[in-house]
Amino acid sequence: MTEILSVKSLSKSYGKTVAVDGISFNVRPNEIVGLLGPNGAGKTTTISMLLGVLKPDAGSIYIEGMDLRGSRSCAISRTNFTAVYTPLPGNMTLEENLRIFARIWGVKDVPGRVDKVIEEFDLAGFRNKKCGLFSSGEQTRAGLAKAMLNEPNLLLLDEPTASLDPSTAEEIRGKIRKFVSRSSGGVLWTSHNMYEVEAVCDRVLFLSRGKILLEGDPKTLPAEHGKKTLEELFIKIAREPLTVGVF
Amino acid sequence: MSVSRIFAIVLRQFYIVRGSFARLFPLFAWAGIDMILWGFLTRYLNNFVSSGFNFVPMLLGAVLLWDFFIRIMQGVTMAFFEDVWSNNFINVFASPLLISEYVLGLVISSIATSMIGLTVMLFIVVFFFKLSLLIYGIMAVPFILVLFLFGISIGVFGSALVLHLGPASEWFIWPIPALISPFVGVLYPISTLPHWMQLVARFLPPSYVFEGLRAIVLGKEFSGITLVWGGCLAVLYIFLAYMFFVKIYKHSLHTGLLVRHSAETLN
Repeated sequence: MTEILSVKSLSKSYGKTVAVDGISFNVRPNEIVGLLGPNGAGKTTTISMLLGVLKPDAGSIYIEGMDLRGSRSCAISRTNFTAVYTPLPGNMTLEENLRIFARIWGVKDVPGRVDKVIEEFDLAGFRNKKCGLFSSGEQTRAGLAKAMLNEPNLLLLDEPTASLDPSTAEEIRGKIRKFVSRSSGGVLWTSHNMYEVEAVCDRVLFLSRGKILLEGDPKTLPAEHGKKTLEELFIKIAREPLTVGVF
Repeated sequence: MSVSRIFAIVLRQFYIVRGSFARLFPLFAWAGIDMILWGFLTRYLNNFVSSGFNFVPMLLGAVLLWDFFIRIMQGVTMAFFEDVWSNNFINVFASPLLISEYVLGLVISSIATSMIGLTVMLFIVVFFFKLSLLIYGIMAVPFILVLFLFGISIGVFGSALVLHLGPASEWFIWPIPALISPFVGVLYPISTLPHWMQLVARFLPPSYVFEGLRAIVLGKEFSGITLVWGGCLAVLYIFLAYMFFVKIYKHSLHTGLLVRHSAETLN
């Protein structure tokens, strides 16, 4: 198999507002793909469709060759996700939350796997603390620990480092890079931090007004479009999408 | 279906109730208070009737069964509301969990939590007010079963409504038993009601339970067939409520309501 995620002609509208407009892309094994774009570009709508909590109007999503429409439960069991807007329920402890989600994801050795992710994300001191009492950084690490419970082949990360200090963010990036290098998994990563994207992603997709405008290596893409940095290119696309010739 | 995933939903409810006095206390407290209140009332009423007649099995028994129905219904909705209150829909539904597993998990959670209330109620009525369920004979089992099934159906229906209308609509759900109770004759015979209310009562399974209960206590003839009809109605309502839940869930996937539930927009 060559692709972990394959998205073809995916579209979604809310009434007359087109959120995602016929996008196609893929994520390959051992690859981190950045999904970039200004606010309202359609990134979270895309992630929601990939997670099966939003039904596309058109197009198809294949996860490890399984059609999300026909084999939703099986396809989703190979993925996991974390996002700043989906913290773990605050009225349960970290361990309780992880035990529940491990069972939902069909993890075989629940206590063993929970111990492992707690150790991996340096959360041992928070094991019996209610998640609602966590700082933003602790919540992010807890969300990532939950996302790693089933050792997913496809990891969907919606701004995973948005609320972290630079040091913790760097640690988290290291852990995700390690996950990709030691497994055959792929990652779809949304972020507004262009430094981070350049450092982590093997490939980026620029999304604006629901369409993919550009795709390429974050290290060479700016120069190819006459810009010095990825941030400059991002600003250009956000403000003048017409100049990149799609609309 | 995965037993592990269904168990996860039940386990979640266990963890939440175990760790919260505010959730544990109402499982038995209000039902217990209801039994004490109605227990004393029936004792008082017994002073005004000829010897030999006992209000306890008729009124207190009926209130116990009605409270059991309420506990079952609220057991389902409370387990569902936990996901509403903790904004947990994306975590739950962006997972391999099937909707049938989720609903079954809510139902099993409800059985577990309502058993706590039922145990406390039985303890009070048996030990303090000398109510013996033996007076209802073998019919006590179908009485409880019909109310259990109907409670599940109303709980699933109420959860679907909240999924559709948003978090604030939970206030439509709490009064549902109060809206149903005048029609089903918990405390009085259905024949007391005006004709149109009697017609409505025919379609409500608890009506058959409370009519049957009164008939047994008063030594009148009671056909078990009518209770079978009540049971069939309750099973039908569970099926319809589940279909309604699935329809609302699919609608919310299409409109994006599931990921924007707190916005309370019907789209």
